[in-house]
Amino acid sequence: MMPNLMTPRALRSLLPAISFTVLLIGIFYVQPRAMSFMGLNLMLNLALPIALATIAQMFIITMNDIDLSLGGFVSFTACIGATLLGESPVLGVLALLACIGVYALLGALIHVRNLPSIVVTLGMSFVWLGAAILVLPTPGGQAPDWLRAIVSVKTPFVPFVIVASAIIAVGVHLFLMRSSTGVILRGAGGNPQAVARAGWSLFRAKVTLYALAGFFGVLSGLTLVGLTTSADANIALRYTLLSIAGVILGGGEFVGGRVSPIGAVLGALTLTLASSLLSFLRISGDWQIGAQGAILILVLALRTLVNRMERRK
Amino acid sequence: MISTVSKLRTFAGKAPWGFSFFGAAAIFLATIVFTDGVGAGQIITTALTFGTMYVIVALGQMYVITAGPGNVDLSIPSTIALAGAVSMKIMDGNDALILWGLLAAIGVGIAVGCFNFALIRLLSIPPIIATLSASFLVQSASIAYGRGLRIRPPEAFAEFATGRIWGLPTLAIFALLLTVIGSVVLHRTVYGRSVTAIGQNQRAAGLAGVKVDRVRWTTYVICASLAALCGAVLAGFSGGSSLNMGEEYLLASIAVVVIGGSSVAGGQSNVAGLWGASLFMYLLVTMLNTFGVGAGIRMIMTGLMIVAIITIAGGPKPSRT
Repeated sequence: MMPNLMTPRALRSLLPAISFTVLLIGIFYVQPRAMSFMGLNLMLNLALPIALATIAQMFIITMNDIDLSLGGFVSFTACIGATLLGESPVLGVLALLACIGVYALLGALIHVRNLPSIVVTLGMSFVWLGAAILVLPTPGGQAPDWLRAIVSVKTPFVPFVIVASAIIAVGVHLFLMRSSTGVILRGAGGNPQAVARAGWSLFRAKVTLYALAGFFGVLSGLTLVGLTTSADANIALRYTLLSIAGVILGGGEFVGGRVSPIGAVLGALTLTLASSLLSFLRISGDWQIGAQGAILILVLALRTLVNRMERRK
Repeated sequence: MISTVSKLRTFAGKAPWGFSFFGAAAIFLATIVFTDGVGAGQIITTALTFGTMYVIVALGQMYVITAGPGNVDLSIPSTIALAGAVSMKIMDGNDALILWGLLAAIGVGIAVGCFNFALIRLLSIPPIIATLSASFLVQSASIAYGRGLRIRPPEAFAEFATGRIWGLPTLAIFALLLTVIGSVVLHRTVYGRSVTAIGQNQRAAGLAGVKVDRVRWTTYVICASLAALCGAVLAGFSGGSSLNMGEEYLLASIAVVVIGGSSVAGGQSNVAGLWGASLFMYLLVTMLNTFGVGAGIRMIMTGLMIVAIITIAGGPKPSRT
């Protein structure tokens, strides 16, 4: 069955793909040489950890919460990856599992005491950053060889980063949008009362979502340190805002568990590409962050337009 | 243990601001005992000076948070940086131009506030996302504008920012006036009551004739203007503006509002608590410094303290469903 592409719903879900494509075409137009295996690889080099962090943030936003500590968390896991994981792998893995456990506990605490996630994660951002400084007081460390080998796998025809992003996007999509667990998780954000009355535990949903966010945060930190080979305590602080922007760009909304994993990954890639376009246009790097903001505003404006269209019908 | 927690909870419920003052005093005493009373006066004056900056910014953030669930201004750090750079450039080290520099800074604040609200209203997006996107643009503007800019503040302005009157930092007196005005506006004017009403129930407030849009607009402008003012003062205090001088104020402003006993869900605010919470935050750092702990432990302690306080105070009670 071919869905009608002109319905507001279809338009809204296509918006992330459209904005990504437009940006990519813009880059190829300005700099045709970027249209190659090498070019794509260079431009999207650091996109993978951002995409993973965006997925992590998306799980939190599914619950209508927000995680302001994600950047600090990714930094901390990257620091563990650059130190403990290489020195004593067992301890390193245990530490990373404990990190995921802390996220699950946060979810439990937030649910039981009905706390605002923005304040709790704000406090946790200090904790993660402090812990990162303790683990790695000065920039440095060394990522384990196997980690570096994984993130620098050479795939034929299409750069690894694109293959990996696609796998993540489709995998999370199948889990969150197609599985029955995913429906409950989204329902817990969309209509908690209905989910609770139907007999599912909101507590378990929230803990699951937070644990998943912790899991993908750990993956983000590990891929980041694999790519950069060394870490420092502030390495990923900007991921907090970047991941929120990515989720929003990908069609996520702060109401009703409306999220899209594929859109979120595309949003992360779009934000990464924005800086490439800027440098190809010879616009000063000063405006790099500004361009990301402008893209965000532009896409949101388009979405508002689509929503208005829907209401008029 | 459980009874202590519940007692704390009732106490926090009755006088949310008392908690922060109590904490600040306890921490101050612990520090003094540790140093055998050495440097007590010094600690207080420094705490008042640095706490003052928190108070100015948090006052604006409190207005925004009071206006209801989801309202928060994430563009404060970039506004501080841009306003600091603009004010230093306009003042140009010249005493005669101080007033113009301050006006320019506030102009920056008003512009950012209007832009924030325009995004919220026109795109009908949550304030978190609107102020986040705006902050990206403002941040870039301040990077581009402030590149290589290293202008020292005018003599008289630096003196105002670092000076003392009767042993008290001039800034603290200035901020005290500001909070008194802020308190009167919030509790005694139609505008202030409207902010609180919107925070409690936006729909009811709208039906009761409160001009919701206009009030929220004003609130975002006030918040950004106070951040801008802080930017100018901060630049005067630290001998020039720098790009990252606003960074710590995003987390600090929200933390101070919450620790100060205002409700994160909006509709309930506490001006006095801002002072207690600011002093608490600063004294906590001082105490940990005096005890000789490193930066890592210090941040972990600060973070755990914020989480502990919000856990004890509890979130918004679920309303009738």
